[in-house]
Amino acid sequence: MAANPSLNDSAPPRPGPPRPGPPLWLLLELTYRCPLHCAFCYNPTDFAGTGAELATEDWLRVLREARALGAVQLGLSGGEPLTRDDLEPIVEEAHRLGFYINLITSGVGLSEARLGALKQAGLDHIQLSFQDSSKQMNDFLSSTRTFELKSKVAALIKQYDYPMVLNVVLHRLNIDHVEEILEMALRFGADYVELANTQYYGWAWHNREQLLPSRDQVERAERTMQRFRERVGKQMQIFFVVPDYFESRPKPCMKGLGSIFLTISPDGTALPCHAARMLPGLDFPNVRSASIEEIWYRTESFNHFRGDAWMKEPCRSCPEKTRDFGGCRCQAYLMTGDAANADPVCDLSPHHHLVTAAVARADRPDAAAQLDAGEKPLVFRSERNSSTLFPKRDGI
Amino acid sequence: MSDMAIEANSRPGIERGYRLQWEPAQNAHVLLYPEGMIKLNGSAGEIMKRCDGATTIADITADLERAFATTNLSADVLRFVHMALEKKWLQIRP
Repeated sequence: MAANPSLNDSAPPRPGPPRPGPPLWLLLELTYRCPLHCAFCYNPTDFAGTGAELATEDWLRVLREARALGAVQLGLSGGEPLTRDDLEPIVEEAHRLGFYINLITSGVGLSEARLGALKQAGLDHIQLSFQDSSKQMNDFLSSTRTFELKSKVAALIKQYDYPMVLNVVLHRLNIDHVEEILEMALRFGADYVELANTQYYGWAWHNREQLLPSRDQVERAERTMQRFRERVGKQMQIFFVVPDYFESRPKPCMKGLGSIFLTISPDGTALPCHAARMLPGLDFPNVRSASIEEIWYRTESFNHFRGDAWMKEPCRSCPEKTRDFGGCRCQAYLMTGDAANADPVCDLSPHHHLVTAAVARADRPDAAAQLDAGEKPLVFRSERNSSTLFPKRDGI
Repeated sequence: MSDMAIEANSRPGIERGYRLQWEPAQNAHVLLYPEGMIKLNGSAGEIMKRCDGATTIADITADLERAFATTNLSADVLRFVHMALEKKWLQIRP
């Protein structure tokens, strides 16, 4: 009797125009409103110009339609999802439908009363973000005063018997604090810690020169994490999401666009990845005017990057294309101007030098000093910056 | 709990924060956990769904042998439970 589990998302895509499986992972970006102003946010820089948020009834309909197709993992994100006062009824309906519900939050707005109501409604899991290990750095990086509040929320999460998952986005300005960050997580009694190196989209892309760590920083952080992992064993599981700029092969982004992930953005635009709105020439459908079934199976924008007919060389003839799907379409577009190019993280890409050049700039010994001198200031994510600096939809 | 000795009278249950459910769209049991999902093959699903924290491994094994009209499953079941404890899909409360 073979009792080995199999990862369901490891099946290679079939040749020809493939009929995809169901959208197993549904991410609802309930709002772009956020009390934090993180400079590494992946939300679009022009979010202030997007349309009105969906109403409660629209979100409930999205949940019902997606679940009927087979969606089962649900992420509730944003912005800060707690800024929606209908989060509880949304969770309640999702739970009734059988979703496994993840709340991805900064913790701001998570009072004990709300947490109790969310638990009652059937929320399965909370991922709490921290920006750094100290009040000073956390508050600087999020451009708020939220560290103490987040610490209280961490205690509440334990009190309500949720597994505690802390997420810290790493970048040049906090990656040297990995040890302190892990000590903080241990103090809070975290079950999982996700050290996620910044991915460069949205505000993070705009701030990339200031956020990209040096190779030395990354390697030190990884060694520190490794030592910590050995020390604490299984009581706290640590995930280290490697920064893809330092790799020679791209990440299998979304397991290929349109294969398992479906994102609905605050205004109802349906996307095969939360960053995909930037991709040019694709007219993404809106849940206000199309069903999830129609969107997932029968729209050109969702079909476009399925299979491999869209690929250019070197991906098209590459034996590894079934493993990484050519990497990230958004990264290819941002760095090369063509979303059908190989992700330049791949060292087989003719554009790989764009990545190595960015890493080389981050490695310059004087880079830190220049940044400290405020040569190019960080642009924090805010409504005001969005509407003044990125008034027109620039797709980034 | 993974270092705890597993015995025939241990009572494995699904780990806190994890949920096992049958998904018709995937025609399989899936194990859901924070930001993750594992599609279980048939035998893994059959073992996991019997891990309710109250039934002993011996009884789970006997029930499986009955359900599938077979014998000698205990080594397989033990091996699976051991692996699932390692992966934190299952827990054995002391």
